[in-house]
Amino acid sequence: MSDTIIIKEKPLTYSAAQAARDMSGTATPAGEKGSRVSEGPSGSKPEKTLSRRNIILYGTLIVVALYYLLPLYVMVVTSMKGMPEIRLGNIFAPPMEVTFEPWVKAWSEACTGLNCDGLSRGFLNSVQILVPSVILSIIIASVNGYALANWKFKGGELFFTILIVGAFIPYQVMIYPIVIMLREIGLYGSLTGLVIVHTIFGMPILTLLFRNYFASMPEELFKAARVDGAGFWQIYFRIMLPMSLPIFVVAIILQVTGIWNDFLFGVIFTKPDLYPMTVQLNNIVNSTQGVIEYNVNMAATILTGLVPLSVYFVSGKLFVRGIAAGAVKG
Amino acid sequence: MAVTARPARWHRNLSAKIAAIPMIATALVVFVGGTAWTVLYSFTNSKLLPRQKFVGLDQYERLWGSAKWIISIQNLAIYGAFSLVFALVVGFLLAALLDQKIRFEDTFRTIFLYPFALSFIVTGLAWQWILNPDFGVQAVVRGMGFESFTFDPLYNPDIVIYGVLIAGLWHETGLIMCLMLAGLRGIDEDIWKAARVDGIPVWKTYLFIVIPMMRGIFVTAVVLIASGIIKVYDLIVAQTGGGPGISSEVPAKYVYDAMFLSQNLGQGFAASTMMLLSVIIVVVPWAYLEFGGKARRV
Repeated sequence: MSDTIIIKEKPLTYSAAQAARDMSGTATPAGEKGSRVSEGPSGSKPEKTLSRRNIILYGTLIVVALYYLLPLYVMVVTSMKGMPEIRLGNIFAPPMEVTFEPWVKAWSEACTGLNCDGLSRGFLNSVQILVPSVILSIIIASVNGYALANWKFKGGELFFTILIVGAFIPYQVMIYPIVIMLREIGLYGSLTGLVIVHTIFGMPILTLLFRNYFASMPEELFKAARVDGAGFWQIYFRIMLPMSLPIFVVAIILQVTGIWNDFLFGVIFTKPDLYPMTVQLNNIVNSTQGVIEYNVNMAATILTGLVPLSVYFVSGKLFVRGIAAGAVKG
Repeated sequence: MAVTARPARWHRNLSAKIAAIPMIATALVVFVGGTAWTVLYSFTNSKLLPRQKFVGLDQYERLWGSAKWIISIQNLAIYGAFSLVFALVVGFLLAALLDQKIRFEDTFRTIFLYPFALSFIVTGLAWQWILNPDFGVQAVVRGMGFESFTFDPLYNPDIVIYGVLIAGLWHETGLIMCLMLAGLRGIDEDIWKAARVDGIPVWKTYLFIVIPMMRGIFVTAVVLIASGIIKVYDLIVAQTGGGPGISSEVPAKYVYDAMFLSQNLGQGFAASTMMLLSVIIVVVPWAYLEFGGKARRV
């Protein structure tokens, strides 16, 4: 039954394991042909570059990679064409005349059906939602995880279990009671309300993340601090926090992409002029009125995807760690 | 802040409990309370506002008598079955290819995983554009001379859900691949050496040794995909809006429409309770299998 443990920890360690394997210099085990058994332990470059196996292997990978890149390519190319060229041409063809007008229009003029100030409004809303949501959810979850890992109290594990089980409940089941609760305290339709919702639904996975991380720290550290008379918050701020920066970065990546990409909560818990970027994007593209400007739509789509994409490309392996941790969330 | 200056037990418990108040409140009020509330009110005839007028199973009868709900369930089943199979198979194959000690592994992985960073709205809109019959793939192929070529999944009620599936798979396969790759890296080298010494072909080693050893990863992947399937909502809204007609409706959208568009709360509660039920059917056996031996771990 240690499988689940492996799942949780593997992504955190596999690059190290891989490195160790690389250093050990043994031949690759995975999927190699029998002919390589006789090779010495030289490791890194065992075959001719142009063997049949390599052609098939890299050929397949390149074809699949092109397929994965295709939508991004088509979006970028479309967003740089003028409408006449789109009507006449091929969506896969590069633009004959590069224009950035659709981008400007998507940002500042595109109409959502209610107003015509483009995605910029949605972008600002999303930022206003994102920053407090990320900060609040991470503060609460890290303190929770710390309390659960180091200050075990009666009932703690029970509530934690409920929290994790709750992560599997479809949001639809809990949405309406939350609407009522927020309405009662007068926060329904406001950004504050949405921040609370994001904090609530981010809590299971983040708490799990922090609890596991704090639990893996040497206990002696905590005990020594206790002996020296440090209290709950002192240990948290002076010892745990400085030692757990990597996990905070993982949590930030997880939350930034998750909250930025949210659509359901945005559309339910905010009013039209406070809609986050994803909701506004959908309204711009799928609004039925007027001539459809595909280039503006694609520019708007890329603009909305830009934030999580930059997070992804900048953070690299940490992103993989984050989603692997988030994988437990389901 | 020096709440815990003395090592008295209740003191220590107290500060941890205070710190855990948000978690306790979320667990009890939102997760337990909210769920119970919705299930309870699914037995009422609430319309615009929740009302405590209990009508037994009326809402459920109406739900299962509604064409929109039946289509939603069918779509979910098709989408679910295909995305489960394809995501697992393609995810594993890609991971196996990447595990061949290849060059540029990081580049390939980055490419396969980037769709996962994008929102479903962006994914849906991108594929809506590619599958657009007047400008997208169909138009391009026709332009090459195949005038009768037809590929317009988003405008054909019979196959619209497969059009959504293409986008869904593009979005999620990278994640499954990453999980599988981590699993493959966790297989002991000696296993491979032993298989090679015994002269077992590579594909057999994968099929009969490696995959059974990765059972845990596969179970996680299945749970992950399954809980993603039930949540499918944004993708539909962006790509098809449930259309043409109601041919690409899904349960999550049914719930939203009932609650927030057609002021039919009772239907929304009943539909969301059915969603909960389906999750329970999937998750409980898994949790039993995986966490049954929890006491032994940690």
